[in-house]
Amino acid sequence: MKYLEEFRNEKQVKKLLNDIHSIVTREWSIMEICGGQTHSLVKNGILNLLPGEITMVHGPGCPVCVTPIGMIDRAVELALKKNVIMCSFGDMVRVPGSEMSLMKSKALGADIRIVYSPLDALKIARDNPDREVVFFAVGFETTAPANALSVIQAAKSGLRNYSILTSHVLVPPAMEAILSDEETRIDGFLAAGHVCAIMGSEEYEPITKKYRVPVVITGFEPVDLLHGIKSCVEQLESGKSELDNQYKRVVRRAGNQEAQSVIFEIFEVGDREWRGIGMIPSSGYHVKEKYSDYDAIRKLDVVAVDGKENPDCMAGLILKGLKKPHECPLFGNKCSPSNPQGAPMVSSEGACAAYYHFGYEPE
Amino acid sequence: MSDRKFTLQCPMPELDFEVVTLGHGSGGKLTNDLLDKGVFSLFQNDALQQRHDGAFLDIQGKIAFTTDSFVINPIFFPGGNIGELSVNGTVNDLAMCGADPKYISLSLIIEEGMRIDDLWEVLAGVKVSAEAAGVQVVTGDTKVVEKGKGDQVFINTTGVGITHPAVDFSMDRISPEDVVIVSGPIAAHGMAIMSVREGLTFESDIISDTRPLHEITSSLIDKYGKDIKLLRDPTRGGVATVLNEVAKFSRVGIELNEYRFPVDTQVKAACEMLGLDPLYVANEGIFLAVVKKDIAQQALSTIQSHRYGRQATIIGEVQEENPGKVFIKSKIGGRRVVGMLAGEQLPRIC
Repeated sequence: MKYLEEFRNEKQVKKLLNDIHSIVTREWSIMEICGGQTHSLVKNGILNLLPGEITMVHGPGCPVCVTPIGMIDRAVELALKKNVIMCSFGDMVRVPGSEMSLMKSKALGADIRIVYSPLDALKIARDNPDREVVFFAVGFETTAPANALSVIQAAKSGLRNYSILTSHVLVPPAMEAILSDEETRIDGFLAAGHVCAIMGSEEYEPITKKYRVPVVITGFEPVDLLHGIKSCVEQLESGKSELDNQYKRVVRRAGNQEAQSVIFEIFEVGDREWRGIGMIPSSGYHVKEKYSDYDAIRKLDVVAVDGKENPDCMAGLILKGLKKPHECPLFGNKCSPSNPQGAPMVSSEGACAAYYHFGYEPE
Repeated sequence: MSDRKFTLQCPMPELDFEVVTLGHGSGGKLTNDLLDKGVFSLFQNDALQQRHDGAFLDIQGKIAFTTDSFVINPIFFPGGNIGELSVNGTVNDLAMCGADPKYISLSLIIEEGMRIDDLWEVLAGVKVSAEAAGVQVVTGDTKVVEKGKGDQVFINTTGVGITHPAVDFSMDRISPEDVVIVSGPIAAHGMAIMSVREGLTFESDIISDTRPLHEITSSLIDKYGKDIKLLRDPTRGGVATVLNEVAKFSRVGIELNEYRFPVDTQVKAACEMLGLDPLYVANEGIFLAVVKKDIAQQALSTIQSHRYGRQATIIGEVQEENPGKVFIKSKIGGRRVVGMLAGEQLPRIC
């Protein structure tokens, strides 16, 4: 497949690995932001091929993992309402809430539909005019345009039975929160290519300057990731802290401006709670007042709740890069993808699920 | 629906109802109408025509016996329908036992309101598949459940076949250096179903691989007897799940090679798009064979000489190290464990 196979080339991978081995002289911690990057690093066996000096720290870039438990509880509450059809991405359905997951609410009679796009949820709303259709709109900047577009289309066509339950989060404020945390020590970042495809690379320049940390934008294939790691290590070894775009085939400096205008028609930036990390100022999107008829929380009268987490779950420390999944006491015994205790064990992009799936043993 | 392919071969009988009602399951006149004009007119054989409560069958040899229920949604999908699947699934389970499939039962649980022409289409699928596989439908049952208590139609088939005398399948006989062969490209069925599920639809030409496999498996056992150590069809859970079971119960390690796996380009692209690993996606028309190393190349040629086995490939081998685990060498030279299917979100696929 074009644009995929050439980035899985064994010879290129070997060359990049040799380069990285030859330039590294001391220990560095590099955080890959996105769960897709984590998944690829583990799936392709890259972690074991890197020099021992480099520690890859798995970042908070998995939307399923950082959606706060209270939001899952709200989704369950909505789904259990008699007239509601709750549409969701597949992974969200299995995330444990305080009392239950959406999957369990389905067993209790909730009408849950798994979709791959909010536009499919919109179609379900058109096909079921007597029902209230809610789309659980989670994700980073990447999924925001399609979610916003679904509201624009609903409004344009006068569809009154569609709304979104929004839990949108933004990458740059999360990076700043991690860099400001005194416990964490991250030397460099691999920024998530698809988020940057929407928002552009320029968002990250202030971070490199303010925190003196290199940020390299990468794609998700082995060659992409290794180019990113190489660039990051080169900068660190020579004391630089610059923004480097290693995903030029997709990411432009200003991003996709059409997508951005769709986002900002519907959403405005506001504070957001992140599961495992806490409240981060200006780190999420909220539906604008003008479109409140399409905001499930305002429209359908959902009660705000404080979710209860499993106290032994280390998801927060793992999302901040302070612990590895297999260092958690629940990993692999009480917590597995079929019985997840924390969100990172649910999504295939979650660090815990990636470690479990690809054979890491509990420590 | 464009996928329908039986209508012309099997014209629907004149029936004075358009949808199935609860009355069709009552055992009275409506049931008889449905059975006489529908089921019995399609499946004509001695055992069925006797209209007993069960079938009398003359069988010599060691019997293989299996049952399977089919609840797939949607019932019509690219490359087949639930009727074909219900025959091929049971035929293949018998084939994996090293048996020659002979007779099957057909039990229908129909949801009130199912359209008769849809039901006819499904039954035509059963008929065509049974004929292609050389099995007779010799007994059956029809029940109708209230609207909302089913999903158009659920089918159970039970099959019996005669086991090949040379069959000696056992997990215990699998040992280091044995070779793992896959009979064709993986993940087609699961992705074909995904492509037409509500909320998941995507455009593709992917079709299900549902088809009978007993001719290939019979010729393998004919030629290589005990050197064929195990046959399995990787349906739900895909290749990875079956091989994990083999590794676990045979107490051996299995080492696979990612670049050797046959995967259709469109299937691969769809898997990439949806974030699915083809190793865990369901199949309905391929099998895995664990065979002795000495005959692996000949066995591969035998499979490849069959129309349903042209793309058969050796994908890995059995090792003494890491008992109970399956490893895969990635294309870039990395190595990782292939775990059991860990509860991925997949629609009902069989």
